Amino acid sequence: MMEKTKQPKVPLTKAEKKIRAKAIFNRWKAWLYLLPALAILGLFTVWPIINTLRIAFSNGYQGMLEVNGETFTFGIENFKTAIEVSGFGNALGNTMLLTVITVPVSTMLALLIAVALNSIKPLRRLLQTIFFLPYVTNGIAIGMVFMAMFNMIAIGGKAQSLGIINGIITAFGGSPIDWVGPNSSKVANMAVLILYIVWNALPFKILVLLGGLQGVNKQYYDAARVDGASRWRIFWRITVPMLSPMIAYVVITGFIGGFKEYTSIVGIFGEEMGPYMHAHRLDTMVGLIYDSLNGNFEGEAAAASLILFLIIFAVTMINLYVSKKKVHY
Amino acid sequence: MEAENMEKIEETSPQPETPRGMAEKDINKTARAQLVGKIFVQIGLYLFLTVMAVIVLFPFYWMLISSVKSVAEYNALNPTLWPKQFVWSNYADVFSAEATGIDLGRMFLNTVIVGVVSTILSLIVTVLSAFALARLEFRGKNIVFGAMLATMMIPGELFTVTNYITVVNWLDWGNTFAALIVPFLVSVFYIYLLRQNFLQIPNELYLAAKVDGTSDLKYLWKVMIPLSAPTLISITILKMMGAWNSYIWPKLVVGDSHQLITVGLRELASMFSVGNNPNFPVQMAAVVLVTVPLLIVFICFRKYIMRGVSRSGTKG
Repeated sequence: MMEKTKQPKVPLTKAEKKIRAKAIFNRWKAWLYLLPALAILGLFTVWPIINTLRIAFSNGYQGMLEVNGETFTFGIENFKTAIEVSGFGNALGNTMLLTVITVPVSTMLALLIAVALNSIKPLRRLLQTIFFLPYVTNGIAIGMVFMAMFNMIAIGGKAQSLGIINGIITAFGGSPIDWVGPNSSKVANMAVLILYIVWNALPFKILVLLGGLQGVNKQYYDAARVDGASRWRIFWRITVPMLSPMIAYVVITGFIGGFKEYTSIVGIFGEEMGPYMHAHRLDTMVGLIYDSLNGNFEGEAAAASLILFLIIFAVTMINLYVSKKKVHY
Repeated sequence: MEAENMEKIEETSPQPETPRGMAEKDINKTARAQLVGKIFVQIGLYLFLTVMAVIVLFPFYWMLISSVKSVAEYNALNPTLWPKQFVWSNYADVFSAEATGIDLGRMFLNTVIVGVVSTILSLIVTVLSAFALARLEFRGKNIVFGAMLATMMIPGELFTVTNYITVVNWLDWGNTFAALIVPFLVSVFYIYLLRQNFLQIPNELYLAAKVDGTSDLKYLWKVMIPLSAPTLISITILKMMGAWNSYIWPKLVVGDSHQLITVGLRELASMFSVGNNPNFPVQMAAVVLVTVPLLIVFICFRKYIMRGVSRSGTKG
């Protein structure tokens, strides 16, 4: 304070000015470095959080109408339309079903593969690389390959190719199934989808679980072996508890990813979200959001995304609560 | 002979067994049983892993061989496991707009442009913020960092709705590369990753540089960036993969002239799957062209990708 009142009286030398400017710069330079990141985060991350809430509660909101100066009343109309839309129950059911099946299946399978990889020496690196390959692929591209593998080709109503999967099934004496075509059942579609999602989910889970396994102290296993514990017992009493934090991690991220399932379905079945002649049969929550967005019903899309967020939030909380009870240390 | 044998048997027969000898024999026996068990378990493990590896690899195999089959061979009632003749022209067809009706070459180029530009800009932004958060002391640092981390918990779909309005209605960036690049320049996760790496570099180095009169930017460039090269490589690769694989956002905001490859690929699939003229070989050739670059990058930079991935849990 004292200094401040003194300042105007004594004229500053050039050197002093420079030092002062430098001090000011030093005080603010951190913000300068952060400026680009904060500006972009502000516009594309923070603003969306506020604005999505605002437009979700603006009845009948449409971005184009707002640009033209229209105003909207506050209310929950968007949530009502989002839920009452004909496909909502189907989309929610599909999303839940896919998540509830694929997360446990892929986690168990990944755990078995990780444990197996951890107990071999030769070829381990090669196999590890192979199991990671699905991760570095494009979800749409490999979805198209799964479509090709399961697809039957009929030209002009006349059956041509059965597809390789049906080829294998018939080679073992089974009868071919329409997996993804116009005459397919929803169960068959779901089976293909589940296989694809599990195939896609394995690499990340194996990577995390294997990393965890390599961190487990070998002495626990030695001690258990000296005590004559069986492999099965060692697996359940040592491996699983020691890995429980990683298992919890892959399950939680698996649930979050599962509720956002969308591109895997587009990869196999296309934007119609279902086989030919059965559009929207395999719709999911995220699919609904993009449908509303494509129709320029942003209010409805915002409401649907908030509903999805709340579901994911609730499921994550339940997961955390359960894992707190089950995860050791 | 017989008598001799009898004698021998009698000699070795465990009549006057000492307790010690019995224990030794038991140990030998259990050791052998354990060894046999171990071998069986190992065989079982390799069998299991091989079967799983075949399942994992099969789609890649099918993609590769289908991409060089003729349409007639692909459509034959019984699929062949190895192409009778190699039709390389499928690959040329992918790029001919006449055959596909989609300018996939253009989309490949677009993807490279968007990937390179967004990676470079994103690296600059990430390095600057990570430096501020790791090295500089300022008021509100912990609040800013905490708030940034908090945004990581919100699913991206929540942002998409507003960002769509912002980009298309307010910024009027519909059908521009800016719409594909700018909204995704900042990844809090990458800033976090790099900050952790910067923190491991001893602060004394920074202070010494300051005493020598080195500027912050020079210090960043000469010391911090080389020392955290592995993390920067991880970020670069994951960011490029993100551009290569992005589908939802480009599909929403840009048209054909600025479209990215994954959207083009899906359009191709919709066009060539149904109806009376399915052409899976050309589809699979396009899939190979999109997938193989990623696989090559992965094989070259395996370590960096796995390091980045195991900490993130997200793609791109």
